[in-house]
Amino acid sequence: MAQPKVESIQWIEEPKQTLSMHPKKFALWLFIVSVVMIFAGMTSAYIVRQSEGNWLEFDMPQMLWYSSGIILLSSITMHWAYAAAKKDNLSSLKLAMSVTALLGVAFLIAQFEAWKELVNMSVYFVGNPAGSFMYVFTGLHGIHLISGVVFLLVVLINVFRYRVHAKSMDQIEMCATYWHFLDGLWIYLFLFLQLNH
Amino acid sequence: MATTQDQTYHEEGTLTHDMHEEEHHHGNFITTYIFSTDHKMISKQYLLTGIIWAFIGGLLSILFRLQLGFPEMDMTFLKPLLGKWITDTGTLDPNFYLALVTMHGTIMVFFVLTAGLSGTFSNFLIPLQIGARDMASPFLNMLSYWFFFLASVIMFASLFLESGPAAGGWVIYPPLSALPQAIPGSESGMTFWLVSMALFIASQLMAGINYITTVINMRTLGMSFSRLPLTIWALFLTAVIGLLSFPVLFAAALLLIFDRSFGTSFYLSEIYINGEALPNIGGSPILFQHLFWFLGHPEVYIVLLPALGITSEIIATNSRKPIFGYRAMVGSLLGITILSFVVWAHHMFVSGLNPFLGSIFMFLTLIIAVPSAVKVFNYLTTLWKGNIVFTPAMLFSIGLVSVFISGGITGIFLGNSAIDIQLHDTYFVVAHFHLVMGSASFFGLMAGVYHWFPKMFGRMMDKQLGYIHFWATFIGVYAVFFPMHYIGIDGFPRRYYSFSTFDSFNTFADLNMYISIAAIITFTAQAIFAFNFFYSMFRGRLAPANPWKSNTLEWTTPRHPGHGNWPGEIPSVYRWPYDYSKPHAKDDFIPQHIPFSETPESNLPHENNLIGIEQEGEETSKVDEPNAK
Repeated sequence: MAQPKVESIQWIEEPKQTLSMHPKKFALWLFIVSVVMIFAGMTSAYIVRQSEGNWLEFDMPQMLWYSSGIILLSSITMHWAYAAAKKDNLSSLKLAMSVTALLGVAFLIAQFEAWKELVNMSVYFVGNPAGSFMYVFTGLHGIHLISGVVFLLVVLINVFRYRVHAKSMDQIEMCATYWHFLDGLWIYLFLFLQLNH
Repeated sequence: MATTQDQTYHEEGTLTHDMHEEEHHHGNFITTYIFSTDHKMISKQYLLTGIIWAFIGGLLSILFRLQLGFPEMDMTFLKPLLGKWITDTGTLDPNFYLALVTMHGTIMVFFVLTAGLSGTFSNFLIPLQIGARDMASPFLNMLSYWFFFLASVIMFASLFLESGPAAGGWVIYPPLSALPQAIPGSESGMTFWLVSMALFIASQLMAGINYITTVINMRTLGMSFSRLPLTIWALFLTAVIGLLSFPVLFAAALLLIFDRSFGTSFYLSEIYINGEALPNIGGSPILFQHLFWFLGHPEVYIVLLPALGITSEIIATNSRKPIFGYRAMVGSLLGITILSFVVWAHHMFVSGLNPFLGSIFMFLTLIIAVPSAVKVFNYLTTLWKGNIVFTPAMLFSIGLVSVFISGGITGIFLGNSAIDIQLHDTYFVVAHFHLVMGSASFFGLMAGVYHWFPKMFGRMMDKQLGYIHFWATFIGVYAVFFPMHYIGIDGFPRRYYSFSTFDSFNTFADLNMYISIAAIITFTAQAIFAFNFFYSMFRGRLAPANPWKSNTLEWTTPRHPGHGNWPGEIPSVYRWPYDYSKPHAKDDFIPQHIPFSETPESNLPHENNLIGIEQEGEETSKVDEPNAK
């Protein structure tokens, strides 16, 4: 096997370590990319459609301000949970996770109240696309938020089983990433609707 | 640290054979063959489903070619198959003709050339060629196949609906697809289509996330991006395109579902149907076209890139030459990927698009000719003066280059917004995309099957039957699609049920008949492939470990790789995958897992330096062995 030209000891070049990240976290980011593309498609459709005229003007429901506040608050509590997990402070972790999940539910209720406000203003899902888009944006985001709440609950259960702590942070890190993303996504949609109204 | 001995045992496949056989027979029938999480089994599931779909899709095209080629024909003999879609006078129901065209397009584009091509080869080759035990998430991978399977079942079921399957064209433009009153196919057929496609999109997203994660994070030691085989580059970028474009199709389909089932007006506005005004006001059908083609155009490259990657690999291997311009190949793949997202409106030149925008999209579209031409040039220069081995896979790869050129050139005509006014929606377009996207991708698929069949099933496919299949298919696709250019330039519109009522088109009746006969022969010739495929799976000649003397890692696995691919350590990679006919080398190929220190006779100066550098660093790296597995 050894080649005569080489010295008596066979040296083999060391193959380089390849770039590598946590595969599941990486996959989560890719999933986020695909969600971004859905909403990028939707908001582009909104702009394209709006530019064609025949666009119903109506006031944004006041409730959306409150729901935006709620979801921003939930991002803070999510970070609190993350920090607590890092410090192995399990009682704060449980509290913070539960509060975050409750704020998530509160956000969904607030969004539903916003729909009621729209209905009271006679802006329905069926009718001018200006109104329909409003329902589609909030509804589609709401469905993703429900998945976020489910993710929160799964992590919360694992907290109670002592599976989330300073040495086992992957799950809560992914949960936090997704939750902050959903928060950011809503803030984007909210600003988008405020500005392109 | 990997030693030389570790690296060489792979070549003696029999040594490790017994060991893995045991592994193979673990698990019961259901976990091994049905709900398998092994990427190789999932890939075979994709391939088999794809082949079945290809035959169904092909059969549908034969049915409508009968109508186009022989408009006066008595089709009563098809009554057992088509039932009430053959009218009492023995003619094909015009609504069903439209459904046939629609389903042929949908099946071929999505179920055969997306799932069947990239699903098969991404699953099979990504872990094997980058040196991974399986995908990043084998479970998600299995789920992706079963979502596809469910989508397939629903799409197949729609063929048997009372009102017929979707019939608004594979592009499902509203308002035709949105209004059940408009065409019978837009009743439950369209609902089935949308549900099926929603599942299909979910399946493709799961698969794509998996492919990208695997390629980036699971490569073996030494497998840097610049040493990736071009197949992996192509499959990786295909997944990236899919990840970015499929969600947009989902958005488009979701709004269409709302329009159809909930009464919204995203795409509908001021429509009178049968003298009755619809309540929908304020929608925009052009909006759908924008959203659809934002997926629809990248979809063309989702279909094509895997075929181009497979071809790069096969042409280099069978020319016994390094691929010409590896970096240019990667660059052109990247270029195509990026450009694929900024050209969608060239499908909409006649939709009332602003002519200024039209000229921008024309400019961007024509730029795609540059990376495409780079690829063709590199294929030809790789073939140039090579010791070409004409395996069936190689013939299909060369065939791909041929149809890619013929179909690509007409793309330059069609990309021109002025010429497109004349050619839009004629048979010229049909000829163009069937050559450049349909046939090229199909040839890539076939090349891949012939080339990797020995690795998939441990047996060889019959070579002679492969040659017959190739020549029948190659001559066949030209015989079918080349004449379509002429009738297209003459103004034949696509999707028309019958031309015999237009005097000016009657002159082409014989040409249409010729196309139909050629199509029937080409389709029938695919039976040779089917026989070869299934017969060889069980009775083929046993495959040697590396039948094509190829460099990539999949050929270092045993004849039947178990779940985990390599029985021992995963081989490390020391060189790029195209060291064919390297001057002074002992063999005309040096696989990727052979270190430079084993091949002093053929090393280039900088490669010798690589060994030298490692020697100096050896003392320190030996202490902690950071890279040992």
